[in-house]
Amino acid sequence: MTTQLTEPAPAHRLGARARTAVTVAAVVLLAGSTAGYALHAGQRPSGQQAAADASFGLAGPALYFRDTATGRVAHQPLAAAEGGAERTGGGPACDRFHTAGGTALCLRAEPGVLPKTYAVVLDRRLREVSRTTVPGVPTRARVSASGQMLAWTVFATGDSYSATGFSTRTAVLDLRTGYLVKSLEEIPLTVGGVRYHSPDVNYWGVSFARDDSRFYATVSTKGRTYLVEGNMSDWSARTLRENVECPSLSPDNTRVAFKKKVSDDPAAPWRLYVLDLRTMAETALAETRNVDDQASWTDDGTVAYALPGADGRASDVWTVPADGTGAPRMSVAGGSSPAAVAGSADSADAP
Amino acid sequence: MYLATTGRRAAPASPPTTGAGRRVPAAVLALGTVSLVTDVSSEMVSAVLPLYLVLGLGLSPLQFGFLDGLMGGAGAVVRLLGGHLADRGHRYKHVAGIGYAVSACSRLGLLLAGGATGGIAAALAADRVGKGIRTAPRDALITLSSPPEELGRSFGVHRAMDTTGALLGPLAAFALLWATAGAYDAVFVASFCAGLLGVLLLVLYVPGHHRPAARPGPAPARAKAFAALRDPAFRRILWAAALLGGATIGDAFVYLLLQRRLGLDPGWFPLLPLGAAAGYLLLAVPVGRIADRVGRRRPFLYGHLALLGAYLVLLAPAGGPAPLLLAAVLALLGVFYAATDGVLMALAGPVLPAGGRAGGLAVLQTGQALARMLAAAGFGAAWTVWGPRPALWGATALLLAALAGCRALLPRDPGAPVVPGAPGAPGAPAAPGPSGARAVEFAESPTSARSTS
Repeated sequence: MTTQLTEPAPAHRLGARARTAVTVAAVVLLAGSTAGYALHAGQRPSGQQAAADASFGLAGPALYFRDTATGRVAHQPLAAAEGGAERTGGGPACDRFHTAGGTALCLRAEPGVLPKTYAVVLDRRLREVSRTTVPGVPTRARVSASGQMLAWTVFATGDSYSATGFSTRTAVLDLRTGYLVKSLEEIPLTVGGVRYHSPDVNYWGVSFARDDSRFYATVSTKGRTYLVEGNMSDWSARTLRENVECPSLSPDNTRVAFKKKVSDDPAAPWRLYVLDLRTMAETALAETRNVDDQASWTDDGTVAYALPGADGRASDVWTVPADGTGAPRMSVAGGSSPAAVAGSADSADAP
Repeated sequence: MYLATTGRRAAPASPPTTGAGRRVPAAVLALGTVSLVTDVSSEMVSAVLPLYLVLGLGLSPLQFGFLDGLMGGAGAVVRLLGGHLADRGHRYKHVAGIGYAVSACSRLGLLLAGGATGGIAAALAADRVGKGIRTAPRDALITLSSPPEELGRSFGVHRAMDTTGALLGPLAAFALLWATAGAYDAVFVASFCAGLLGVLLLVLYVPGHHRPAARPGPAPARAKAFAALRDPAFRRILWAAALLGGATIGDAFVYLLLQRRLGLDPGWFPLLPLGAAAGYLLLAVPVGRIADRVGRRRPFLYGHLALLGAYLVLLAPAGGPAPLLLAAVLALLGVFYAATDGVLMALAGPVLPAGGRAGGLAVLQTGQALARMLAAAGFGAAWTVWGPRPALWGATALLLAALAGCRALLPRDPGAPVVPGAPGAPGAPAAPGPSGARAVEFAESPTSARSTS
């Protein structure tokens, strides 16, 4: 169609030629600014190098985390001073990261009209072992203590921000057999003792037990969230308790740290709790702020988690005692995805 | 395009009163260009926002969705305010320009907010406020800039250009993210620049004066906030839009049902709305022209019939190749939007007095939006309690009832070209007079309807 911008009787202050000149000048100026900024932004040292430096490996004891300034994995001593100045960078670029038992799981987002996530499995020296591509935005990553079982969750993104619903998809990978469960939603689920069928079940935030078969996860259906205990070997799952999200099993396998919805205020709905699996007693932790993260145990007495950062940082890693005492303490300024790697005694049993 | 002027000459509608009648009015093209550029700007941000919020800021989508819902409610109020302000002193262009400028500057807010969640929320709220302010004055400008007998086509052209921008925006955003290795701030800067260009185009090319003083009479007196509600013809349109809106389950649910029905890979899910938008883009102009011929009442009703068809296809017993089902539902959704979105404005525009047009359109859009919000919430609840299929059967029955009601409720043809050359002559088209009825009969003859294709 020919666009003829001829005015019948306009009351413009500028003539047609002047308007064209102003428009052309504005287009040149604005396009130039955009191009200039994009060029500048593209050349920023953003750590987009995907692979880890050769010198960077999984050796403990250390706290590994994602450095929010570079987007790459870094580590620091477990007992680092407040703020953690002694950090060592140079790990792989990941959006979510977890490591245990000499295996690391790195979730990397690939933006696009169809957003994708690469779930990259790395060995002790952070060399790539395998890679799976899944649609969605990465949100949770977890490796079992042995390093053999991996689980990750992605958000299936909607098309625009006016869509209020969201959905998650959780996959489990068994490194011993190479078997990949693409979606945990197929597992037979029992709610309150009754076999449950509903199309709207969503799983997220898996945490494995030491036997590499039992696991804990969140299941949400019909507006409720449950703590679910599942078993990979007999392929079943049952709900244990309501209002539990993102469980994280303690190293001694007796307790689960989780976030509980305590408020309808959308700005601060969640608080960290620890559930004793023998007594089913809940303990509120000393962290009173809103935590939207899957906690990670640094030892049997401490959990680490990310919070929105101070001073313009995207997020900081905090730790708090797991028994409800003490006070939260900032461990990493500008970090997320904390994962503690224990002493180097087990460094010989490479997978 | 292929819609040559020969088709128009065959039209039995009243002859164009001005020489420009055969062409899409320049002001409409200018407004369409502004919307195109602005939609590129806003959809760029929308497309990268989930990634930015979840990865960059660690915001939970659930949390964000809740905030977003609250902002939607605030947007409705702002829209009414924008419409009212625009009518006072005929400041359509000014008020629309302020709306466009607020939205453009909200990208700067996103950039400056850095990681602060509060700042992000404020910037998104500003974007919503800007969108709320500008919509009604912009649609009023379209109705005031085109002859009433060509309103359908004008809205069709505008909405097609608008949708083109919406389709281009995400492509531009991801091209930029790819080129800059994931610099979200570059997307925000580009979006800000595009937004500024939109404002500039509005200032330069959209005429600002719409004969406010040409017609002495009741115009200033009518410029009250809800003056339009006193008009019985407008009230019927409003009720009809709200009634049908209340039986609309919302696109997200249609796509979700479609995905479940076909077992579609979730990776393809974001492409479904693009399919419907492409249908809308292709059909907006032809359907607008048909609406000008046959009156806007029937396309509006038939558009909802297409939505009903989409529900029925989703409910149909299993069988048939999946691509066919997919194409059918997306095409029906495209028809639904093409036949209802701009057409509703074209239906209501001529009924409203020139001095209360933006306010009236704002009331109409807000009423429809609120009804749709309630419908989506209700459908979500029904889905939870009964499951998807019974809920969809319920929605189908509701839509059928609403359609029957609206068929009776809608004025025979308030948007028909009744009085030539009187865009918004106060009170003139309020009651379809004998001339209007004749025009409708004439236009509804099958030969003229067929001559469109």
